[in-house]
Amino acid sequence: MAPVTMLEAIRQAMFEEMDRDPAVVAMGEDIGVYGGAFKVTEGLLERFGNERVIETPISETAIVGAACGMSYLGLRPIVEMQFIDFIACCFNQVTNFVAKGHYLWGAPAPMVIRGPSGGGVHGGPFHSANPEMYFAHTPGLKIVYPSTPYDAKGLLKSAVRDNNPVLFFEHKFLYRRIKEELPEEEYTVPIGKAVTRREGRDLTILSYAAMMHTSLEAAAELEKEGIAAEVIDLRTLMPLDKEAILASVKKTNKLLIVHEDTRTGGIAGEIASLVCENAFEDLDGPIARVTSLDTPVPYAPTLEEHFLPNAAKVAAAARELAKY
Amino acid sequence: MAVDVVMPQMGESIFEGTITKWLKKAGDKIERDEPLFEISTDKVDAEIPSPSAGVLKEIKIAEGQTVPVQTVVAVIDADGAGARSAAPSAQAPASPSAVAKAEALEGGPAPAGVEAPPPDDEKAAPGPVPTKKDPQPGAQKTAAAAPAPSRATESKAASSASQAKSASADAGSREKVRSSPLVRRLAKEHEVDLTQVPGTGAGGRVSKKDILGAIEGGGARAEAPASAAPAGPSNAQPGAGAPAARVTIESAVPREKIYFGKYDVQPMSVMRQKIAEHMVLSKRVSPHVYSVDEVDMTSIANLRAKSKAKFEESTGTKLTFMPFFVRAAVEGLRAFPTVNASVDGTNVVLHKECNIGIAVALDWGLIVPVIKNAEEKNFLGIARSMNDLAERARSKKLKPEEVAESTFSITNPGVFGGLFGLPVINQPNVAILGLGAIEKRPVVIDDAIAIRSMVYLTLSYDHRVVDGAIAHQFMAKIKHTLENWTESIL
Repeated sequence: MAPVTMLEAIRQAMFEEMDRDPAVVAMGEDIGVYGGAFKVTEGLLERFGNERVIETPISETAIVGAACGMSYLGLRPIVEMQFIDFIACCFNQVTNFVAKGHYLWGAPAPMVIRGPSGGGVHGGPFHSANPEMYFAHTPGLKIVYPSTPYDAKGLLKSAVRDNNPVLFFEHKFLYRRIKEELPEEEYTVPIGKAVTRREGRDLTILSYAAMMHTSLEAAAELEKEGIAAEVIDLRTLMPLDKEAILASVKKTNKLLIVHEDTRTGGIAGEIASLVCENAFEDLDGPIARVTSLDTPVPYAPTLEEHFLPNAAKVAAAARELAKY
Repeated sequence: MAVDVVMPQMGESIFEGTITKWLKKAGDKIERDEPLFEISTDKVDAEIPSPSAGVLKEIKIAEGQTVPVQTVVAVIDADGAGARSAAPSAQAPASPSAVAKAEALEGGPAPAGVEAPPPDDEKAAPGPVPTKKDPQPGAQKTAAAAPAPSRATESKAASSASQAKSASADAGSREKVRSSPLVRRLAKEHEVDLTQVPGTGAGGRVSKKDILGAIEGGGARAEAPASAAPAGPSNAQPGAGAPAARVTIESAVPREKIYFGKYDVQPMSVMRQKIAEHMVLSKRVSPHVYSVDEVDMTSIANLRAKSKAKFEESTGTKLTFMPFFVRAAVEGLRAFPTVNASVDGTNVVLHKECNIGIAVALDWGLIVPVIKNAEEKNFLGIARSMNDLAERARSKKLKPEEVAESTFSITNPGVFGGLFGLPVINQPNVAILGLGAIEKRPVVIDDAIAIRSMVYLTLSYDHRVVDGAIAHQFMAKIKHTLENWTESIL
């Protein structure tokens, strides 16, 4: 079977889930005739018709509000944000209704909100966001952020089947850049499980999404210098795979966290606390992090490069930590 | 016999030093304690004396390189002609203890306190031994774990370490070992005395690798330092990856706006970088407030003019205005202890000593040697130690402890003709006194105009701790002391 892109893997997941379960519907701006801004939903309308592939006006609040209602009535909507940045427009719906329904009224909202996120494609401040932490901070939501086509497909299928709302972030830099052969048979990837992408003994690099690839690149560089970095892909931010994180820290005793999200309030700080609370006496060095700068994502390509972490920055931080 | 020359530990928080100049080249004969090389560290620039007589066999670390303390920077062949006289005396007392140590290591962690007695000539060595309060693991560990080489340097390190040990309790010295939570847990679980484990991590830190080696190796630990220095995953020379410029100094504008027209580019010296770093930090951390006061120095100027010749004749030291200001400042500090303080988080540390830092301008920068316990010294004592410190600052002979632990500082822009200056606080002080130029000026006294010797004094103070009311009362105390000088200066 030919290798497929992450974008295609997500499309396959949607097709398969809509095939499998008539309750699954898709909703979003331009997802029908046009096939979505990134063509993730191409062919969906022809296949499933406009009762299950619903084009909406440009109102994220209305889309998520409608999806929330649909989910209460037994449907399992998959909602697309054209760019994940605009999820801010429906912040109230997501955090006050979708997230709390299960707790308040015993009415879980089985729905998926998915959309292209992340920078590195010169999209500028309105089309490059990594808003995962707004929602990781909201109890009641699950946050998934895959880095490979295999995981994207398997996790999206798990997300659709989950009885609680899942926010599914798709890093647009990876959409067409990462290809992978997928199994022909049906599979899912469990939410809340990290995976070790590379074994190492000297330090752990914890990452997810596009930065997972950056971390692997750095780890390959470090290997030439005799530093064996273990690279762990979180895949899910909420719930966080604490066992995997702590196990790796207990093995290597040093932790570097890499994320594309900005520094202050990023998941790295939360993980650092988690490790200090549970594995302080296993640390042989300070917990380090490489993140984007605390600024909006710059438009200018040179500025954006400066803003984002890259393999050299990750390797430099890892070297310092290894040496410590 | 080959003697290793190591980068000395120049103070508690110093982990590395830059070799700025070699005073000898390979093949040169050298006497014990003869200046061998110059170094620059966070705290001081210093000349390092040779640990042994002999012939300089090899220079391992080139000028301009920064290496961690205890790194071997050169090797002296002590079998050279002049070696006989000096080396054995240093060697003899150390040997038995080295045996004792080796035995102790065989049988597990050495009991603390089994250290060499200070060799007789220890006092004679003017070299920069670690400070008293500094049972630094690096020095100790090298001494304890490497019985064979470098008798002279080791005995010195060991003896000062043993002094430190007897001075501070074992528990105290254990706290000073740099390690990590993991290392401390493993040490506890395996009952390893961390002070006995050679550290190869950053700044001599005992790392996971070190303690695992100690746990597994047991008696084999003696070989640790040999493998420690050049080992590690990367085969880079120690310090090779750490260039002198590890201080980040920001530019306020983009680089392209800096380079235009004709220009020369001078790299900052280590000292200049440290000053830059320290000043930025001080300004960032401490909200500076300034107050200016004017003092009539006429009676002191007259006293000085009258007594100068006699003072210098009978004491052999210069009579400047500075000791008057130091004395007056001490009076002020005793009356207002909040000015003689440091800030530690939400605690204000009120120092019981008045250790007065005096900024000394050098051709190559600036250094602040400290008159310790100025509150216990009389005028002459202050004048003497001040002139001595200033002199040795200019000849690079200061010891690291002599530029540390100030509680208040004084700077004298007036010496270069400044009317007054607004100095930056010398951390961890909370205030600094600036002296303007002493000049004759017309002054109104009782509705008459008189010519008096006047000076502007400025106080920069940290508003987190010192409020205006205290600052002005402090200045008033200084002013009063100076204008109503009563102390005999001889």
